[in-house]
Amino acid sequence: MAIDEMERKLRPPEIALKPYLPKIITLASGEKMVVREARREETGTLLGTIYPLIGVPTDFYDIVAVRMYAELLGWYRYRVANEFVIVGAIDGVIAGLVTSRHVSSKLGMSLHTLTIKRGLRVGAQLFAAKMEHHLDDLGEEEVHIVAESPNGFKRWMIEYQLEDRSSQFPDVRHELGGVPTYVLTRKLWEAVRDIKCTGTRPVVEQDLKSAEKLIMPSEYPQIPGFKR
Amino acid sequence: MTANVGIVGIGHTRFGNSSEYDLADVMAYAATDALQDAEFLERRREIDQVIVGNMASGLFCHQSAVASSLVSRMDMEPVPAELVENGPASGASAIKIGYMAVASGMADIVLVAGGEVMRKVSGWTATENVATMLHTEAEYNMGLTLPAFGGMFTRLYMEKYGLTERDLALLAVKNHKNGAKNIYAHIQLPCTIEAIADGPEAAVVNNYIAEPLRMYSTCPVSDGGAALLLVNMDSPKAKYFKKQPVRIAGIGSATDTHCVHNRKDPLRLEAVRLAAEKAYRMAGVGPADISFAELHDAFSILELAISEEVGFFERGTSYLAVRKGETDIDGRLPINSSGGLKAKGHPVGATGVSQVVELVRQLRGEAEEGRQVKDPRYGMSVNFGGFGNNVVALICAKVEG
Repeated sequence: MAIDEMERKLRPPEIALKPYLPKIITLASGEKMVVREARREETGTLLGTIYPLIGVPTDFYDIVAVRMYAELLGWYRYRVANEFVIVGAIDGVIAGLVTSRHVSSKLGMSLHTLTIKRGLRVGAQLFAAKMEHHLDDLGEEEVHIVAESPNGFKRWMIEYQLEDRSSQFPDVRHELGGVPTYVLTRKLWEAVRDIKCTGTRPVVEQDLKSAEKLIMPSEYPQIPGFKR
Repeated sequence: MTANVGIVGIGHTRFGNSSEYDLADVMAYAATDALQDAEFLERRREIDQVIVGNMASGLFCHQSAVASSLVSRMDMEPVPAELVENGPASGASAIKIGYMAVASGMADIVLVAGGEVMRKVSGWTATENVATMLHTEAEYNMGLTLPAFGGMFTRLYMEKYGLTERDLALLAVKNHKNGAKNIYAHIQLPCTIEAIADGPEAAVVNNYIAEPLRMYSTCPVSDGGAALLLVNMDSPKAKYFKKQPVRIAGIGSATDTHCVHNRKDPLRLEAVRLAAEKAYRMAGVGPADISFAELHDAFSILELAISEEVGFFERGTSYLAVRKGETDIDGRLPINSSGGLKAKGHPVGATGVSQVVELVRQLRGEAEEGRQVKDPRYGMSVNFGGFGNNVVALICAKVEG
């Protein structure tokens, strides 16, 4: 068996996912953030973007960055089934990104949300976009969610009033280490969608073009004095 | 009681998230900053009295006796130290007590420090902790919180005077613009009216906290400390200090009913009016003499309501002045040049001291470029405790060299 053939056998079966349509959000600062699906060939830029955060323990950036690094590499190397990545870009510069996985027609598995530009609820918008894709586009009935940090717990578990299914372990378990699993059901999503999820579609050509080529941030509020 | 009390040193931490630090360390940072500003750090044991303003270290940090802790952290024993608590007006009350210590003749040099570390707990718990200052049976036990009061007050004001949510957003734009230039501000990001009020995504970007109050009409939960060094300018010790002092010209404070529903008109902030009147009387000035003001905008509506109660504007008209830019940094009467509680942040025990630090910076001409008020002579601060049931107003004056 040729090496290439063996490698192909290692790949998971893939379900062709409905694409996530780009949208644009005017952040409180007035900056316009294009939210769109990342392409596999952009993995290098995404990895380069999150790599510096692997060494930042504050607010659990280290564990989120390192796990997201693995998820992106897994996506690039075809080692994760039905993964999708959504990115937020301001003038092309990556402001944040989210990773997630379509498990079945009924279930989504939220992986990670990483915010680079802080103070403008970029992470909140990208998380909402991820849920929008799972429940509105892919038609899943529920999404399993965990949090690495208290910030995540506040933003997702409390603000979305997620269902705590941790008592149903091991029947209900998130893929990320068997930690307590919370669930966004369709009913919960419909209750919060209008107050959590926004964005204008279609995105005009000029704005879309600004996010065509993703750019790694040149500064990180999490890393004072950072130079690329 | 009037005395010739000058502020000769100011200190401030950057407000924001200091939850990894001990409250005493946060206050010690600000106090050290103030002593360095006064060039008095080495002689700190000659200070006669330390007064600390703090609202709820027991609830937020499971910590008590923070005045003693601060003195020890500063290596200042055996200087006497006491704690003053008056809800979110604890800071200004600490200044008032410090002033009284000098005026009584018991002290010539007083260090006043205010501080709070609130972010060791979640925002919801912080809101709940702050709500414990409400009336236990009639308000707190019914589930009322300060944002809830802010929302109801805003709704009443809107119905009576025609204020709109967009007017509140204009206040946020103004205060964030100032805060973006303030090195001590928690939130140093400007915001635009399109993004938080006019644009198609505004309703989510600027979501409701307690309708009709939105996120950009509500202060953040902040940690931080601020400090002042007060000196009896008639004492021989005044010669220790080289910087031109800023004089505390007037202080007034007043209380109102603990239960908001017991007020004849829930839109009236009687304690604000009375505190301001006392401060004006003591300073020998009136509203027209004030060059700029720091008003307690824990919720944006309070900036408007307080500015009317202290006599800057006719009742129900302050928002029209905001529309015209009269309270902008280059307007007729700049309000919240620091960014206010909205952008600078609101570590409850520190706020009253922080407001006066801003008055001193402005009167010294030391504010950052783009937010320095032109030729100020008198600055006023209003620190608001409870939902207006215990208020302290201060007036600081420039001393010509």
